[in-house]
Amino acid sequence: MHAFANPTRFLSIAKPLTPWLAYGGIVLIAIGVAAGLFFTPPDYLQGESVRILYVHVPAAWLGMGGWTGLAIASLMQIVWRHPLAGVSARAIAVPGALFTAICLATGSIWGRPTWGTWWEWDGRLTSMLILLFLYFGYIALANASEERTTVSRATAIFGLIGAVNIPIINRSVVWWKSLHQGPSITLKGSTIDMAILWPLGFTVLGFSLVFGAIVLMRMRAILAEARVEARMRRLAEA
Amino acid sequence: MNHWPFIIAAYVLTLGGTGGVLLWAWLAMRAAETKSDELRRKR
Repeated sequence: MHAFANPTRFLSIAKPLTPWLAYGGIVLIAIGVAAGLFFTPPDYLQGESVRILYVHVPAAWLGMGGWTGLAIASLMQIVWRHPLAGVSARAIAVPGALFTAICLATGSIWGRPTWGTWWEWDGRLTSMLILLFLYFGYIALANASEERTTVSRATAIFGLIGAVNIPIINRSVVWWKSLHQGPSITLKGSTIDMAILWPLGFTVLGFSLVFGAIVLMRMRAILAEARVEARMRRLAEA
Repeated sequence: MNHWPFIIAAYVLTLGGTGGVLLWAWLAMRAAETKSDELRRKR
């Protein structure tokens, strides 16, 4: 991991990788969305509203996956003082918050025709809302620091402690009875018929690649801004 | 109940939000890297 600790080496990999992730993600999303909207049958119980699954599930995965990545970066900053850990954690926070908000909004939109309500204060929805607030808190704490290429120790600890919420979100539908259905896709398999399930692979992978592209773009922007600041400081001192 | 207005709203929100943040990240990156390259050339 420390092989990538040098920002110059990181940029030599990130620059060519960014457009591949962005364009690859957009193509996969387009295939998944077209298939999900026009080529899959409606669900026998949910009807047409099941099509929201193809954007809701990737958003949930990336909201939770984003914080997991942020927590790993926080751990790397605290334990190994990896020079890019703070940059990557900062870069993950905004797209992570975006996909958590999309997950909550699309879930709410799906809930109205399916459950008959926009919102229910159950374990899954409430823990996901807490995740959104954790992202807002992290962004505020990270922006409070004047140092752009890292985050404060307190912010990194906040990132680690917030990770406690991830298994709670994951297990919430098992621990508490709620309107939200139980886990449909597990390591053992899926309870969703393949006729409906297959476009989900495209959208999950596509949105994940776009998420990766956004993170790399944000990391590159942060590193470039830091270079400008460092140069301006040197010029002012000269 | 017609489900399609709900489906369209969910997709517009997701694709619009993702596209918006992708564009914002790209513009910010391009602006920052252009500024950094200009400063390097001036040196």
